[in-house]
Amino acid sequence: MSPGQWFRNSAASAGDMVRGSQVWKSVFRHPLPLDRRNRIVVMLTNFFLHLHPVSAKKQGIALSYTWCMGGVTFFLFLVETVTGVLLMFYYRPTLEWAYWDITNLRDVISLGILREVHRWGAHAMVITVWLHMYRVFLTGSYKPPREFNWVIGVILLVLTLLLSFTGYLLPWDQLAIWAITVGSNMARAHPIIGHEGPGQQILFVDGVDMITMGTDARFALLGARFVGEETLNRFYILHCVAIPLAAAMLLAIHFWRVRKDGGISGPL
Amino acid sequence: MHGFDHEHLESISGFLGQYYLALALMNAVAAFYVWHKAQRVWLAGFWAVVSTGYVMLSPLAFGGNGSWWMPTLGTRIEHFVNDMTGPVVYSLGIVCSLSTLFVFRRFFVRPVVAWTGLNLMLLVMGLSMADAAFASIVTKADNVPIVGLIYLLCFFTWLAASRAVENDDRMSRGLPPREKDDNEKVLVWPDLVYTEMICMIVLTAGLIVWAIVLEAPLEEPGSTVKTPNPSKAPWYFLGLQEMLVYFDPWYAGIVLPLTAVGGLMAIPYLDFNKQGNGYYTIEQRKFSYITFQFGFIIIWITLIVLGTFLRGPNWNFFGPFETWDAHKARALSNINVSDWFWRDVMQTSLPKAPSGTGKITELAYIAQREWLGLLTVLGYFMLLPPLMATTVFRKFFVRMGFVRYMIMSNLLLMMATLPIKMVLRWTMNLKYIVYIPEYFLNF
Repeated sequence: MSPGQWFRNSAASAGDMVRGSQVWKSVFRHPLPLDRRNRIVVMLTNFFLHLHPVSAKKQGIALSYTWCMGGVTFFLFLVETVTGVLLMFYYRPTLEWAYWDITNLRDVISLGILREVHRWGAHAMVITVWLHMYRVFLTGSYKPPREFNWVIGVILLVLTLLLSFTGYLLPWDQLAIWAITVGSNMARAHPIIGHEGPGQQILFVDGVDMITMGTDARFALLGARFVGEETLNRFYILHCVAIPLAAAMLLAIHFWRVRKDGGISGPL
Repeated sequence: MHGFDHEHLESISGFLGQYYLALALMNAVAAFYVWHKAQRVWLAGFWAVVSTGYVMLSPLAFGGNGSWWMPTLGTRIEHFVNDMTGPVVYSLGIVCSLSTLFVFRRFFVRPVVAWTGLNLMLLVMGLSMADAAFASIVTKADNVPIVGLIYLLCFFTWLAASRAVENDDRMSRGLPPREKDDNEKVLVWPDLVYTEMICMIVLTAGLIVWAIVLEAPLEEPGSTVKTPNPSKAPWYFLGLQEMLVYFDPWYAGIVLPLTAVGGLMAIPYLDFNKQGNGYYTIEQRKFSYITFQFGFIIIWITLIVLGTFLRGPNWNFFGPFETWDAHKARALSNINVSDWFWRDVMQTSLPKAPSGTGKITELAYIAQREWLGLLTVLGYFMLLPPLMATTVFRKFFVRMGFVRYMIMSNLLLMMATLPIKMVLRWTMNLKYIVYIPEYFLNF
């Protein structure tokens, strides 16, 4: 027996031993997905894979049809979640520390590209979510029976933009606070509930102006009259907890509905 | 003006040298593919010549010597472009060129034409990068994704259009769309799962390379007293910020974007066309295709690109090769409809409520002052839908019913307010159609 053969044989028998063990069998309840039966079983028994159907139309899953943009967006969401959690270990959302924690992330901490991956991933996610919507529109995939899933998709698109917007403030540099100032200034012009919005005089009760700088829509967004520490805290919680939870919930419904509405679209 | 920025050329020459080599490689691969797979020798020879051309550009770019054959657009062309471009030429130019692409899509989707277009885009991009002003704005860390977005959108629009043209051809010959052919079911393991895994690996690698090459921006610590000029929102909201040139914040920043989101959600309930479900087509859904492209590519993307690359200090317009000068003066002499009517036409002063009058009297005076603008806006939103229902949208109205038709026509009219206001501003220096600063209601 040549050394190569000996090595192959022992590797094969070691593999058999591992796959025959009680531990392996408790995790994977079937043999390797090498034949048709087990390729079906793997999709049905694996938690992560059961998102998919067992089989799909060949043209429906072709890259030139789907561009894989929905999948790429979801993958970027996962990348953002993982890098985001890692960043939270280092980052304190206070005026005293926020900026310097970011400089430390750049200069001191090993794996110094953590923030870069997170930021570029976020920009990429905004782009891929648009491209996904673009593809779904161009193939007419929002048409019955998928109308409602398109609506959920639009909400997810808005949440993606809000996630990116709230995250933009956290480095607390000039770029951050002025971008958020420009963006959130819109809220003070909100009709009726912004203090510089049309119709804000409607809420004028007993000679008291109800909508002022300290009570209007922008105040609710910023937690203060101007972008400040309260805003940082508010955006931090929105960015790290509130919006991701909402997005995760809607993502689950979005995927579930893809399956329930008949899978990836295709000509009838 | 001064010639070349030698410092800039020195810093960018290495990148440009590699850039042209990459373009040469790209075309060499194309030449090989055309020769080997498609057996088209002449075409392969052509791309080989293009590739050789890039190879010859590369050492010149590596040299980075402005006075000796550095590949650039040349100051004359750059000045010409700067002088020519403004918001008007930019916006109308894009509308015209995209319309041309759409009308002659059968020609433009051909791979040879598309590949030529890509080469031209990349070549002009490389030549422009030799300009310091252009390079500084394009390579700004947060702007790099938008450059990527432009290329991605070009590619995917081409891909979708070429498949749509193919399907439309097939269907006009009575064949089903390509998506229906060869459509047996395959197992998701391995056919889809492997694709997904390869996508994930490529994406992870790409993201890591991107993160290593390009550092995330971090400016000086935030200070609420030092306002940067220009102050820009995050890049994906720059289309909205650009709309502030034409509208007040309550409309450009709140009402229009909320309507756009609502309108997007309404699309599946308004589009009654049963054709074109699950395959690429343009012919079978021309109206929805054009409407969506107008909203997405022309309004949303074009304005983002304008706001990012061409708007500098004080939100002034700067040509792509123009240095951002904070002292660039801009004449502002826009007038309101009420000013025009009372001052220019009636030759009197604007009606003004005497001091000490009640709310009702004040409102009456405002209504008198702004009657022309108010009537115009009311007429636009209330008279146009029934008018369109009896003329251009007759079939739509019959198919959709009253409620759905009214929602669709009002959404379309809302979307059209932006281009209309833009044209009015450019041609008539119109500031506000309705100007009621007493109630922050300027439109």
